[in-house]
Amino acid sequence: MNNQDFIEITDLYFNRNRHSVFRGVDIAIPKGKITAIMGPSGTGKTTLLRLIGGQLIPTSGQVLVDGQNVHRLSRRKLYRLRNRMGMLFQNGALFTHLNVYENVAFPLREHTRLSEEMIRSIVLMKLEMVGLRGAWHLMPSELSGGMARRVALARAIALDPELIMYDEPLSGQDPISKGVLLRLMRTLNDSLGLTSIIVSHDVQETLSIADYVYVISDGKLIGQGTTDTIKQNDTRELNQFLHGLPDGPVAFRYPALPLEQDLLGDTQI
Amino acid sequence: MISERMVESVVGLFLIAAMGAMLVLAFKVSGLTSFFKPEGYMVTAQFDDIGQLKTRAAVKIGGVTVGEVAGIKLDPVTFKAVVKIQINSRVKDIPVDSTATILTAGLLGDNYIEITPMYSSEFLKEGSEITETHSAMILERLIGQFMYKVGGGSNSDSSTPSNNANAEPKKEGVTQ
Amino acid sequence: MMSYVQSLGSWGLATLRDYGRAGILLSRVVFAVPNVRKGFPLVLQQVYAEGVQSLLIIVVSSLFIGMVVALQGYHTLAKFGASQELGPLVALSVARELGPVVTALLFAGRAGSALTAEIGLMKATDQLSSMEMMAVDPMRKVIAPRLWGGFISMPLLTMIFNAVAIYGAYLVGVKWLGLDAGAFWSNMQASVEFHSDIVNGLLKSLVFGFVVTWIAVYQGYDAVPTSAGIAKSTTRSVVYSSLAVLGLDFVLTAMMIGGW
Repeated sequence: MNNQDFIEITDLYFNRNRHSVFRGVDIAIPKGKITAIMGPSGTGKTTLLRLIGGQLIPTSGQVLVDGQNVHRLSRRKLYRLRNRMGMLFQNGALFTHLNVYENVAFPLREHTRLSEEMIRSIVLMKLEMVGLRGAWHLMPSELSGGMARRVALARAIALDPELIMYDEPLSGQDPISKGVLLRLMRTLNDSLGLTSIIVSHDVQETLSIADYVYVISDGKLIGQGTTDTIKQNDTRELNQFLHGLPDGPVAFRYPALPLEQDLLGDTQI
Repeated sequence: MISERMVESVVGLFLIAAMGAMLVLAFKVSGLTSFFKPEGYMVTAQFDDIGQLKTRAAVKIGGVTVGEVAGIKLDPVTFKAVVKIQINSRVKDIPVDSTATILTAGLLGDNYIEITPMYSSEFLKEGSEITETHSAMILERLIGQFMYKVGGGSNSDSSTPSNNANAEPKKEGVTQ
Repeated sequence: MMSYVQSLGSWGLATLRDYGRAGILLSRVVFAVPNVRKGFPLVLQQVYAEGVQSLLIIVVSSLFIGMVVALQGYHTLAKFGASQELGPLVALSVARELGPVVTALLFAGRAGSALTAEIGLMKATDQLSSMEMMAVDPMRKVIAPRLWGGFISMPLLTMIFNAVAIYGAYLVGVKWLGLDAGAFWSNMQASVEFHSDIVNGLLKSLVFGFVVTWIAVYQGYDAVPTSAGIAKSTTRSVVYSSLAVLGLDFVLTAMMIGGW
């Protein structure tokens, strides 16, 4: 195993409801870098993050996080490992019955025995990092989508994790909050020495901050490399995905009978 | 969202209300007759026929409840019903020669045991047996006897009415 | 033909799997080592949400149920000249059956559905997942306090239901229909047994509380994480728990009358 890699996934197979999501995927996530995992919708990118977090169990293959096989760990050890990970869910997943302050304080209260003043200063510090210190008293329902994600980010880094996983951090955001989030991800990664994984299908934005890129399609890796090599790569699949071409190896049309036969024949609808 | 202290006090009030309701149920509604099992002593009595007597049926002296039926079983040798009676320890000094009778409350009510005190100077104590017993009056049997007497004229050798339970073993059977 | 058999089989397997998952959920909650310092305030919070907040509907319905039973009972008893027996009639039917059963049904509708919807929503918005990723067991933090809260609240609500219903009967019987208050209470006391009537009723309500919250919590935890899925689970939670309450009521009554 390469010492530079925080996560090493080898020969991963995963099936869900008899439908195979991954068919032999190998991924290595280098330490201290931002790695982007991209691919069309429905290729199981979120599933991949859950496999890394130990919430799902692969059909075969293994996931090593910092040298430990996630799916062989006891519950206690898995929880200890998860304390070193942060995850940002697609919509933030803030606890709706707690306000912003309590949301960020939640992991601290659960896993530490810090005094109330210590918790207060940590929470305000983390909120300051994401620029929302003034919003500590708001309830999640009063936040915009981008703000909710920033609060969730503050919560994810409350315990100073070594790894942070972003699940579609940019989807559904306006350009301004996309810019804010991108800058945050980059600065957090650099200033805290984190290892970051970004799962996304926003190609240009993600490529602008990622160090290393994996592209998954149809259960397999179709490309990997540093950002520059990916940009210059011109296999057909990658080309279609990166430039958003409507037709290509991923067909525009859902499989169907020939048009004449459907229109003129007597197909049962 | 309301504060934790508020939640605690409201839940406290809730508990108090529930406890209050429980007290009402215990004292006002049920009269709490058997919550503190009254201390008492057990005596037994054998009956030829107990009719519809059940466990927990009342045991009375002069109409006043003094205890309850604690258990009923069948003596395997004599085929008589052995009734265990628990009598409150408040009620002492019941003469040993008292009689126990199974009566019915009202026309259709439950059966209970009435103890009629006699005159011995020895008293019932834990484990004693009431030897003088009268079985339950069973309506069908009374009617049966009545019909028999009316129909069969006066040649029937009828038993005493107070001990009629096995008066006609050929006709009615003693399976009860 | 074969396809019917097959679909029957698949339904059977799915049902069994459901029971199994509900059992696993329960065992994970019951056998989790409780953390008193952190757990107690959470349970308290749930006693508030499930018990105190159901109090209003319980009190109002029980008052009316007591009054209606008294009114109906009075007219029937009066035909036999037994209107003095109104007290026992109301007290026995409330303490033995109506109290535990109606409280459980109301509880399923008020608190059970809310529990299912709340947990289902937490699941749909990834709150449970994110808790897991923060190395906090949602069983402990979310499921267990709700289960215990319901288990504690139900008997308390039943006690209040019983007392209020009997008071409602008193209002109708004594204050309105003019029965003698002394006879009302003393006849009641003569025929209501603390153990076999009131305590057994509360035992029933303990069982109901447990089953209703269990079903509610399981349906929420197992909900399909979409809005349609949550709506379906909420309906199912109320239907299943009502059926379970009525069915169990029969079983428990049979056991209790059978001299259990």
